[in-house]
Amino acid sequence: MLRFILSRLLQAIPVIFIVITATFFLVRAAPGGPFDAEKVVLPEVKRALEAQYRLDLPLHEQYFAYLGDLAQGELGPSFKYPGRSVNEILFSGLPVTAELGLYALLIALLIGVTAGVFASLKPNTRQDYIPMSLAMIGICMPSFLLGPLLVLVFGIYLEWLPISGWGAIPGDKVLPSITLGAAYAAYVARLSRAGMLEILSQDYIRTARAKGLPEWLVVVKHALRGGLIPVVAFLGPAFAGLLAGSFVVETIFQIPGLGRFYVQAAFNRDYTMILGTTVFLSSLIVLFNLVSDVAAAWLNPRLRSQISGGGK
Amino acid sequence: MRPCRATDRAGTHTNKLRKTGMDSVIDRQHSRFLPRTLILLLALGLLSGCGGGESNVVSGNRDGILHYGNGAEPQGLDPHVVTGVPENHLIRALFEGLAVKNPITLEPEPGVAERWEFSDEGRIITFYLNPDAKWSNGEQVTASDYVWSWNRALHPETGNLYSYMLYPVANAEAYSKGEIADFGEVGVKALDDTTLEVTLNTPTPYFIQLMDHYSTFAVHPETLLQFGKMTDRFTPWTRVGNIVSNGAFVLTDWALNRHIKMAKSDLYWDRDKVNLNGVVFYPTENVVSEERMFRVEQLHYTQVAPLDKIPVYRELADTPYVQAPYLGTYYYLVNTDRPPVDNVKVRQALSMAVDRDKLVRSVLQHTAVPAYSITPPDTLGYYPPQIFSYDPDKARALLAEAGYPNGEGWPGLEIIYNTQEAHRKIAVAIQQMWKSELNVDITIANQEWKVYLNSVSQRDFQVARRGWIGDYVDANNFLDLFITDGGNNNTGYSNPVYDDLILQKAPRAPTREERYALFTQAETMLMEQMPIIPIYTYTSKHLVHPSVEGIYPNLMDSLNLKYVTLNPDRSLPEGLR
Repeated sequence: MLRFILSRLLQAIPVIFIVITATFFLVRAAPGGPFDAEKVVLPEVKRALEAQYRLDLPLHEQYFAYLGDLAQGELGPSFKYPGRSVNEILFSGLPVTAELGLYALLIALLIGVTAGVFASLKPNTRQDYIPMSLAMIGICMPSFLLGPLLVLVFGIYLEWLPISGWGAIPGDKVLPSITLGAAYAAYVARLSRAGMLEILSQDYIRTARAKGLPEWLVVVKHALRGGLIPVVAFLGPAFAGLLAGSFVVETIFQIPGLGRFYVQAAFNRDYTMILGTTVFLSSLIVLFNLVSDVAAAWLNPRLRSQISGGGK
Repeated sequence: MRPCRATDRAGTHTNKLRKTGMDSVIDRQHSRFLPRTLILLLALGLLSGCGGGESNVVSGNRDGILHYGNGAEPQGLDPHVVTGVPENHLIRALFEGLAVKNPITLEPEPGVAERWEFSDEGRIITFYLNPDAKWSNGEQVTASDYVWSWNRALHPETGNLYSYMLYPVANAEAYSKGEIADFGEVGVKALDDTTLEVTLNTPTPYFIQLMDHYSTFAVHPETLLQFGKMTDRFTPWTRVGNIVSNGAFVLTDWALNRHIKMAKSDLYWDRDKVNLNGVVFYPTENVVSEERMFRVEQLHYTQVAPLDKIPVYRELADTPYVQAPYLGTYYYLVNTDRPPVDNVKVRQALSMAVDRDKLVRSVLQHTAVPAYSITPPDTLGYYPPQIFSYDPDKARALLAEAGYPNGEGWPGLEIIYNTQEAHRKIAVAIQQMWKSELNVDITIANQEWKVYLNSVSQRDFQVARRGWIGDYVDANNFLDLFITDGGNNNTGYSNPVYDDLILQKAPRAPTREERYALFTQAETMLMEQMPIIPIYTYTSKHLVHPSVEGIYPNLMDSLNLKYVTLNPDRSLPEGLR
């Protein structure tokens, strides 16, 4: 198991390295620079700014200097927010984004597992088609559509819930969490339906039924654990995706998380901020993928023995 | 508060898996504990803070705290490093310049300097500093603090975007460009602790106005040096607990992307006039959310008002909506080197075919003032000339003279703008006006902000949307844009007579009237050549809670928080809540 984890960690290093290199050169290739502004920047001022941010060095020297800083965990000063380091901005936004991602994930699990299991009990009937069609709509509906729709209905028309902020007005966490969780709920529903269908056709389920156990007990006690393995495998990448992909929701609801900084950094050509967020989020994605692989292996005895080197 | 009731039952939801002794302990915990924990966590998390209480406005009115919607999250608080409108609001609450603006007339009045004198025909200004002006650590604000701070603001290594604000000072420009290395040669001297002598290149009538711009503010030298070099941009000297300032308020809390809190300063020289006990600034980038926060009394004051809500607000009796002309002009830049707009008649025809009244009425909901020139009207008493008006017949005649009768042979024309819905609407309206009045085909193209800035500075366009917001109340701030090779000219317009009027004659005019007459002459010349197509003058648009008093709408949208008071007896009009 340890060898498995170590080898996966080693594989992650070149992946992250490629991400850094590609991002570094791509942002420099984009037209416009961090100091372009509506009012023209005097040439002498621009020179001074470039010197302060090391932009006066040749590109390859900038690249190696950046890698050097990165090795020490320094993501550099932000261009847009002078006086703040990228590290500081990231860590101020991370708890908020993580909290939002956690609620969204919980919502996704609650709704998704319930709907998926429900559908799997009577496959190819109305009880299956209705939740699964809803799930399909959920997958197809982007959050920049669902968010404003929810705001319109619950925030403006019914006036039940606040439409922006995070932790400032009671209840302001509800709509963003639902918006972000909805698409994932749909995935979870489809995954748990498929997983459950497979398990429910297994012999040990037949045995359980033959013992005379009531159907709900068969499902909850015996089928669920195996049926949800695909969902567990999905959780890691899903959480990483929630962290990285929350920028739309954060923008709609004015949430002070990572995502908004990420998108604005791109618009501002805030080189260090773009790089810092990309590196940080890609490391998270790699990490969560690893965690979910380990968890799936731990849940699934067959996979576990394979990894531990126990042969086929 | 209704949502709380709707969902708090979730926590008591239990499943009833109890009596199956045959399962393992782990399995039981797994099936019983996990779902309940999940639900509980969710309910607790989502509803944290449920219960509410009084609104910010109610508590603020009681405690003397103003809740202020401040637009975007500020870049920072260092007066010589950051730029921008939200930053301006914050810095001017924390710091004070040598002179401030009267909130009603905008004429300069004493700030750190009690008074000032002009000598040598206006080329030398002597500022007499108020001996009671104190830093928030109790030290006196001295003339040498200004010398040090202006050195920092102008130093070639600082990278101050607004260094040019001090270029009227003798040798300042040469120092900033690194042509002279000794700051002693720059025209600013501390004669003693309270006397600051400033020598200018030429008489600069608006120089006193610049003393209220944050780039000319003093910072506390010892505090900065404690955290780094004079020219460092990245030190934490502006953080809570570190910052030393000299304004009416002091910084008490700064939560990134949440709020910035300030409290009244006990050491500010004019503290007896300050009524507020504190101010909370909120980043409010989303206009719709900001309006909603205002409506539920989370904010006393909003930075803007959403365009589609304005008609509704206007109809309210005692409306909290406040609109005033603003020192900014929205216009189209014309590249005078690119056909067909290299022909002055084409430029004139296009400009005359824009029905600005209609545009302001229909697209802009009366939130702007039609503009026929670059300088906004009543810029400290200056009114720009209007040498043309909406005249489609004359426009068609001019276009025919230029060789395109009824649009025949028209080679096409492209308008570029930075991606934003408001700019698109205006571009589409103008495209239609030009099509219907002149029968010419126009394409419009949006570009991402930095790409657009790049196109404009490289002059890679035929017609480009542009806006200019004045930094100080003086026509010079608009007219010097179009001097030959001016950094913000971008049109290719070049006229030595115009340059001479703006750079040489106007600054030396003995009286305000004569100076304004020279500006009128220059501006007439500019609009005859039409390197820009003026469209409208901006307005400031705020929602102001009725309990807030002492906010005067003015051309600079300049709010001096020192004069603001809160009257708890007044509430939002009926029909809004």
